[in-house]
Amino acid sequence: MPSNASDAPAAAPATGRFPLASTASNALKIVIVGGFGVGKTTMVGSVSEMRPLSTEEVMTQASAGVDDLSAVRDKRTTTAAFDFGRITVDATRVLYLFGAPGQKRFWFLWEQLFTGSLGAVVLVDTNRVEESWYAIDRLEHHRTPFVVAVNRFGPGPNLDAVRTALDLSDDVPLLECDARRRESSRDVLIALVHHLARYRPPTSAPEMSS
Amino acid sequence: MNTRPLNSEPLEAEAPDRLYTVTGGRGDAEDPALDSVSLVVAESDPGPDMQSEHADILRLCVHPIAVVEISAELRLPVSVVRILLTDLLDTGAVTARHPVPSTTSSPRKGPRHDPDTLKQVLLALQRL
Ligand SMILES: Nc1nc2c(ncn2[C@@H]2O[C@H](COP(=O)(O)OP(=O)(O)OP(=O)(O)O)[C@@H](O)[C@H]2O)c(=O)[nH]1
Ligand SMILES: [Mg+2]
Repeated sequence: MPSNASDAPAAAPATGRFPLASTASNALKIVIVGGFGVGKTTMVGSVSEMRPLSTEEVMTQASAGVDDLSAVRDKRTTTAAFDFGRITVDATRVLYLFGAPGQKRFWFLWEQLFTGSLGAVVLVDTNRVEESWYAIDRLEHHRTPFVVAVNRFGPGPNLDAVRTALDLSDDVPLLECDARRRESSRDVLIALVHHLARYRPPTSAPEMSS
Repeated sequence: MNTRPLNSEPLEAEAPDRLYTVTGGRGDAEDPALDSVSLVVAESDPGPDMQSEHADILRLCVHPIAVVEISAELRLPVSVVRILLTDLLDTGAVTARHPVPSTTSSPRKGPRHDPDTLKQVLLALQRL
């Protein structure tokens, strides 16, 4: 679909966005998680059909005072930025890719992003493998299927060693990628979709409500 | 869960006073029906005496657009956009197309992703 600057709404800043088809009705979601600076934004950008956008969620830190509307301005808020891109799937479906904020203080937000997503990509920098433990733990807890992609920033351990270091079960796909390359990022997403097709959630669901 | 800030990079507080004004002082519209990727479509034109943020949203929604995209375009946090959208939904000025859960459930195999959805996603990725 070509972008059409002539019908860009006047209110919109010049971000070069192009609109979805009028028939678009069902948005799907995939989340990309991983430690700080591991390449999440790069991956979103390399596969997105539009320039990735960035937005903010204001997190209210205090839970008190919700009923007292005048207290809103006094509540302490934290702004977490995250970026996203999209890939049109067909006439009705569109896939959104979210790059989760990487700084540790925002990791609590990931759980919200997992909700309703098809699955997730965990990006790993082999120099900081331990930064992926938390992501993997939360995804398993949340029963969100995922693949793990090793972003090579230089020489590092091979995939077998990474699998061992991450204590990753054999049924979780683990692959190499260069998030700067579209084909490479695309292949990671394709691996995730294949994994989703095979994936069966664990049968014992002790705390799942739905 | 460790949510403690590790470094002291300044937190941008996104001008709380402005947000307060935009939303008329209301708190979070915890409307679970409005997903971050719900697609919003305008059903009417902006009126002359409409709050400017509402009018901006209506202009963006001439074509379907996700809640997060509205947020990015208008440079307003998602939570604020949700509140503004709730107003517009209430008056029927916009409608929302909510994401359809892609899991189908079979009694024997348990929940699984709808195969047609996965197939179409795969085809779209292969076209990249
Ligand atoms: N060598 C190499 N460099 C990469 C790769 N992916 C990203 N980079 C570089 O790593 C840096 C950080 O990438 P980002 O995409 O901003 O990382 P991020 O995960 O979004 O970072 P945060 O959002 O801050 O957590 C950039 O300078 C990228 O060019 C990769 O696959 N290989
Ligand atoms: Mg980033």
